Amino acid sequence: MTEFAARDAARAGVAASAPTPARPSRSWTEIGSEIGDRVYSWSIVGFASLVPILLLTIFVAVGVAAWPALRTFGFSFVTSSDWDPVAQHFGAAPAIYGTLVSSILALIIATPLALGVAVFLSEFAPPWLRQPVAFTVDLLAAVPSVIYGVWGMYVLVPVLRTHVMPFLRDTLHLGVLPLFSGVAYGPSMFAAGLILAIMCLPYISAVTREVLAAVPRSQREAALALGATRWEVIRDAVIPYARSGIIGGIMLGLGRALGETMAVTMLIGNRHEIAASLFAPGYTMASLIANEFSEATGDLHLSALMAVGFVLLLVTFLVNAAARWLVWQTARER
Amino acid sequence: MTGVVPNKSTGAGRPRASSPISGHPGAIVARQFSFWYGAKQALHEIDFAIQPRSITALIGPSGCGKSTFLRSINRLNELIPGVRREGGIELDGADVYDSSVDVVALRQRVGMVFQRWNPFPKSIYANVAYGPRINGVRDRHELDLIVETSLRRAALWEEVRDRLRESATSLSGGQQQRLCIARALANEPEVLLLDEPASALDPISTQRVEELLYELKQQLTVVIVTHNLQQAARISDNTAFFFLGRLVEAGPTDQIFTNPHEERTDAYVTGRFG
Ligand SMILES: Nc1ncnc2c1ncn2[C@@H]1O[C@H](COP(=O)(O)OP(=O)(O)O)[C@@H](O)[C@H]1O
Ligand SMILES: [Mg+2]
Repeated sequence: MTEFAARDAARAGVAASAPTPARPSRSWTEIGSEIGDRVYSWSIVGFASLVPILLLTIFVAVGVAAWPALRTFGFSFVTSSDWDPVAQHFGAAPAIYGTLVSSILALIIATPLALGVAVFLSEFAPPWLRQPVAFTVDLLAAVPSVIYGVWGMYVLVPVLRTHVMPFLRDTLHLGVLPLFSGVAYGPSMFAAGLILAIMCLPYISAVTREVLAAVPRSQREAALALGATRWEVIRDAVIPYARSGIIGGIMLGLGRALGETMAVTMLIGNRHEIAASLFAPGYTMASLIANEFSEATGDLHLSALMAVGFVLLLVTFLVNAAARWLVWQTARER
Repeated sequence: MTGVVPNKSTGAGRPRASSPISGHPGAIVARQFSFWYGAKQALHEIDFAIQPRSITALIGPSGCGKSTFLRSINRLNELIPGVRREGGIELDGADVYDSSVDVVALRQRVGMVFQRWNPFPKSIYANVAYGPRINGVRDRHELDLIVETSLRRAALWEEVRDRLRESATSLSGGQQQRLCIARALANEPEVLLLDEPASALDPISTQRVEELLYELKQQLTVVIVTHNLQQAARISDNTAFFFLGRLVEAGPTDQIFTNPHEERTDAYVTGRFG
């Protein structure tokens, strides 16, 4: 401020040595707002850095707790299927396999459905139908996962066992593939994948609806003016433009499926075994931890469960990184 | 126009009145055409004939219905909820609003270029080939030929011939607009509608587009909405002055600019309002 005053004085043709006019020093409100600014910016920085710190502490805490098991079993922890608390031997391959397969199955079922719902709602549905249907679909996300589990046990699983699985295996002759062969257990990878599909559908469809609505009118009109039919407009102008956003939505759904615990635990059958058939029971990392954590026998067992948690963290982290990369890649093609 | 690009097998039975004996295709005649957005009437009983193989400029202040009229020719406006029209617009003697008209085929005959260039987020090639592709052209060589011909007609070929696979959005604004023109030309339209195509372009790009339109009118009907009166005077053969949803006056550009019959036209072209 004195610098400015000196410059002003110099401009006014007053000798620099002349005493600067006694101006009142900064007012209290000025100082107050400056302090306010500082406090504000520091607290913003503080809150913003809280998130990475939190993430880091989670990783470190889980990693440290997992270390004994990881050191004992090494790489065989993720390749071995032998999970035996009595013999103190732990291999998590079936749970890792189950998490990946049930989630991928969920996406395979949910993605076309969710895209169909979103495209129907944003492009075809009459206006009076849009809100109610969209609301109902969004509501699927609000159902607590234990309710899905209960519904799955009492409604979905019996129907799957007595009708759907035999139909797929025998009537459609899909039984020739190992994936659809063997005994139709009720609680199974298939049941878990199906319930996960229902659970991640609202996420994918909500995000897709948003990004479809955000496609500029000029893109639709470009295709229309070239003689595209309504369907061609959606296929060639709307969806490609929205593609990176849609991929983001699918990855959001995948993230949900990977970590989902309760409903899956109730429906997957909880068996430490990699089965070729989707009709057979399996396990997921999240349900393994949920089932055994409270009754873990001994330190190594506990550590092994933490190691499962660590792998789960890593997998979700990698999936999210891959999602970012995909979104970034497709966005860059524009 | 026929013969510039090999005839494509559309299968859609596109009505093409392009026999050289029956005169040039691309004549547009509006008859008592009115248009409403909801309760708001945007066009009032427009009677207007547009000459084929010429440039017609639509001028007038903002909000006076120029875009509405243009978008009524290729029926792009009917997709807006709550719109209504009366009267008709004929293209080559047939009402485009007739129930027998295939709107998709109509829009292939009537190309359109917008104020803000809107290429698809695809390659340059894919942008130009889009129209022919949805029109059923599958043959690789045929598509290559159409793409090259269209880009040449849009005076863009020399600039992009080595980068056809690159994204259209990597081009400059002026190039993107010419790409949009090429994309419209790939359908071999009889009519090209342009809604303020140069208003967001720099002077050099504007000049290139103007030269290009001047070339194109040898082959098709060009209808251009412009806010730029000098531009209208420079390039158009005929000019139509729209005011508050009415066609106040239409005629040869020279006459409209130097000797308009209507007082309002005179006031507008001499810059006394607008
Ligand atoms: N989609 C629309 N919905 C409602 N009114 C519209 C719409 N488009 C244009 N209008 C109205 O119609 C009138 C004519 O608009 P427009 O044809 O765009 O004029 P111009 O192109 O001459 O500027 C304006 O009053 C405008 O507000
Ligand atoms: Mg306009």
